[in-house]
Amino acid sequence: MLLNPALAISAVLFTLGVLGVLLRRNAIVIFMCVELMLNAVNLTFVALAQNLGVGGQVFVFFVMAVAAAEAAVGLAIILAVYRHKQSVSLQNMNLLKDG
Amino acid sequence: MTGTAVDYIWLAPALALLGFVLNGTLALARPKAKTLVSIIGAGVLLAAFAVAIAVFSAFAGLHTEEAFVFRYWSWIPVGTLQIDFAFQIDQLSLVMLLVVTGVGSLIHLFSIGYMKEDPGYARYFAYLNLFVFFMLVLVLGASFPVMFVGWEGVGLCSYLLIGFWFTEEANANAGRKAFIMNRIGDFGFMVAMFMIFWATGSLDFGAVFTHAPNALAAGGKTVTLITLFLFLGCTGKSAQIPLYTWLPDAMAGPTPVSALIHAATMVTAGVYLVARCNLLFAMAPVSSAVVAGVGALTALFAATIALKQWDIKKVLAYSTISQLGYMFLGVGTGAISAGIFHLITHAFFKALLFLGSGSVIYAMHRAYHHTHVHEDAQDMRNMGGLARYMPWTAALMWIATLAIAGVPPLSGFFSKDEILVAAQARGHADVIWLVFWGLAVITALLTAFYMTRLMLYTFHGPNRTGDDGQAHLHEAPWIMTGPLLVLGVLSAAGGVINIPELYHGSAWLHHWLEPITRPSAPLLPEVHLSVGTEWLLVGIAVATAILGIVGAWRLLKPDSLVPARSAPEERGFARVLRNKWYVDEIYDALIVRPLVWFSREVLWQKVDQRVIDGAGVNGAARGARALGWANRWLQTGQVGIYVAVFVVGVLLILWRATS
Repeated sequence: MLLNPALAISAVLFTLGVLGVLLRRNAIVIFMCVELMLNAVNLTFVALAQNLGVGGQVFVFFVMAVAAAEAAVGLAIILAVYRHKQSVSLQNMNLLKDG
Repeated sequence: MTGTAVDYIWLAPALALLGFVLNGTLALARPKAKTLVSIIGAGVLLAAFAVAIAVFSAFAGLHTEEAFVFRYWSWIPVGTLQIDFAFQIDQLSLVMLLVVTGVGSLIHLFSIGYMKEDPGYARYFAYLNLFVFFMLVLVLGASFPVMFVGWEGVGLCSYLLIGFWFTEEANANAGRKAFIMNRIGDFGFMVAMFMIFWATGSLDFGAVFTHAPNALAAGGKTVTLITLFLFLGCTGKSAQIPLYTWLPDAMAGPTPVSALIHAATMVTAGVYLVARCNLLFAMAPVSSAVVAGVGALTALFAATIALKQWDIKKVLAYSTISQLGYMFLGVGTGAISAGIFHLITHAFFKALLFLGSGSVIYAMHRAYHHTHVHEDAQDMRNMGGLARYMPWTAALMWIATLAIAGVPPLSGFFSKDEILVAAQARGHADVIWLVFWGLAVITALLTAFYMTRLMLYTFHGPNRTGDDGQAHLHEAPWIMTGPLLVLGVLSAAGGVINIPELYHGSAWLHHWLEPITRPSAPLLPEVHLSVGTEWLLVGIAVATAILGIVGAWRLLKPDSLVPARSAPEERGFARVLRNKWYVDEIYDALIVRPLVWFSREVLWQKVDQRVIDGAGVNGAARGARALGWANRWLQTGQVGIYVAVFVVGVLLILWRATS
C-alpha cells in the first residue's frame, strides 16, 4: 500500500546521494552522501520486504553493520588524510596520477 | 597364448634392452670394465638368439598358418584409433628375427676384438644393444606404429654409431646426413600410415590386410599413393635412389657397425616393409613397377660407382646399395620369397665382407700405428698382397665374393637367380620387367667385376703398405676370425634354405613364407617359365658372373698400382665414377644450397627478423605503448571523475538491461 511512495522516496534519496558524491568536494560530506545511498537502499529493502518476505528486513541489519564498520574505517582514513594534508578537500587528493 | 616357447618372444627384445641399460650404466660409471661389457654386450645377443631359435622351433612345431599377436598393453587409445603395443609372430617376422639375432651375435663377437682398444668401448656396446632392441621391435611389431617406433629407433642408433667417433667433424656430419635423409623417408612412411588409417580404419597389420581388399580399389589412386609413400620411406631407410647418398657416408662409423646396421639388418627394413605389405603393393601395379624399377636402377647405378672407389668400405657400401636394389626388384616383382631370400643370403655374405674388411683395416691400422705412418688404412691402393699375411680372411672373403657374384653353388647364386627368374617371368606379362631384368643382369656383371677388383687390389699382387709396415701385418685374433668362419659357412651353404625345384630342391623358404604371400598371389600375373627357359636364365646368370670375375682378373693389373699418396688423378669417365656421378654435388647445388639460401635470406632475415621479431613481438609492444599513451588522459587522479564515469557506466548497464 505504501510501496510506491516508499520506493519513490528511496530513489530520490539515492539520487541525492549520488549527486552529492559527484558534486561535493568535502570528503566528510561525500562520506555522508555514501551513507545516504546506503540508507536509500535500506528503505527499498524494507519496503519490498512487505511483499517478498522477511529476508529484506534481515538484510537491512547486515547493511547497517557494514555501514558502521565502513564509517569507522572511512572516518579514520579521512582523519589520517587531514593530518597529512591539513585539508579534507578531494581536489588535493590526486596521488594516483603520476607526476 | 600358445603354451609354448612362442609366448616368450618378448624376451628377445627385452634382453637387448637390458644389455643397453647395463652397458649404458657401465659406460657412465665404469667405462674401463671391458670384460664385463663384452660379456653383457655379446651375452644378451647370444641369449636373444637362443630365444629366437626356441621360438622358431616352437612355432614350426605348431604347424600353423595363423599369425600370433601378443598384446602387451594399450598404447594409444584415441577414439576409433586403438593401438596396442603388440608383437606379431609369423613366418616373416621369425625369419627376420633369426637373421637379426644370429648375424647380430656374430658381429657383436667380432666387435669385442675390433673395438678392444677404443676408449668408448662400453658406449659402443650400449648403442649396439639398443640398435638390436629397436630392430627387433621393428620386425616384431604387429602394427604400423609399433614398427615405426623400431624404424625410428634404428635410425637413431644408426646416427649415434655413424658419428661414434664424433670428435672428427666429418663423422658427425655423416651421422647428421644419414639422420636427415632418413627424415625425408620417414615423412613418406607417416603419410602412408595416415592414409592407411583413413582408408581402412586400422593400423594393425592383421586388420589392415583383412580390410584392404574391400576398402581399397585394386589399382586405385588411394592404394597407389599409400604404397608410393611407403616406398618413399623405404628409399630413405634402405638407401635407394633418390635418398641413397647417406649410406656411403655412413662408412664413417666403426666397421662392425657398417656390417650390422648398414649391410645386414637396418637397411633391409625397407625390403621387410614391402614384403610385409605385399598385398597392398600387389593391389597397386604402378607402385610395384616403381619399386622394381627404382630397385633395378639403383642396383645398376650404385654398381657403376663401386667400380672406381678406392676405399675398401666405400666399395662395399655401394655394393650394399646395389644389392638392396636387387631385393627391391625381387619384392617389387611380387617374388616376396626371392627378395627375402636375397635379404638373408646378403646378410651373410655382406656381413662377412664387411667384417673381413674390418679385419683388414684392423691389420692395416696396427701396421701404420706401429710405424707411425699417417696413411689411409682403408685405401686399397695402400694394401695389396694381404693374402700372404692374413690367409684366413682372404679365403673367407673370397667365398663371400664368389657368393655375391653369383657363382654356383654358393648362397648368392640361388637368391640372385631367383630374382632374375621372377623378373624375366613377369616380363612375359608386362614388357617393362624385361628391361628391369636386363638392368639386373648388367648389374650382376658389374658386381662380379668390382668385387674381384676389390679382392685383387686388397689381397693379391705386391704389397704397397711400405717396407716397415709389412712386418706388422697379421691375421686378426680368433675372436674376430671366428665369426668370419661361421659367416663363411653360411655364405657358402646359405642357399640350402631355398633350393628351387629346378634342382629338385624343396624351396623351403618359399613354402615357409606362403602364408604371408598367399593373399597377394591371385593379384599377380601367373607366368610359368618352361624348364628350358629357366636353365637358359641360369646359364646367362652364371656366364655373367664368370665373365665379370675373369674380366676383372684379366683387365686389372694390381702390379701397376701405386700407393694412394702418389696415385695420379683419374681422367675422363673414370673420374665421373670416382666422384660418384657428382650426385652429392648435384644435390648440394639443387637442394641444399637453395634451401640454405632461402632459410638464411628469406626465412631468417625477412620472416624471422622483420615479420616475427619486427611486426610480431616489437609491434605488439609498440601497439600496447601507443594504446596506453592514448588512454592516459582518463587517469586524472580526481576521484570525482572516476565516480562520475562509474555512475555513467552503471546507468548505461541499467539502461541496456531494462530496455
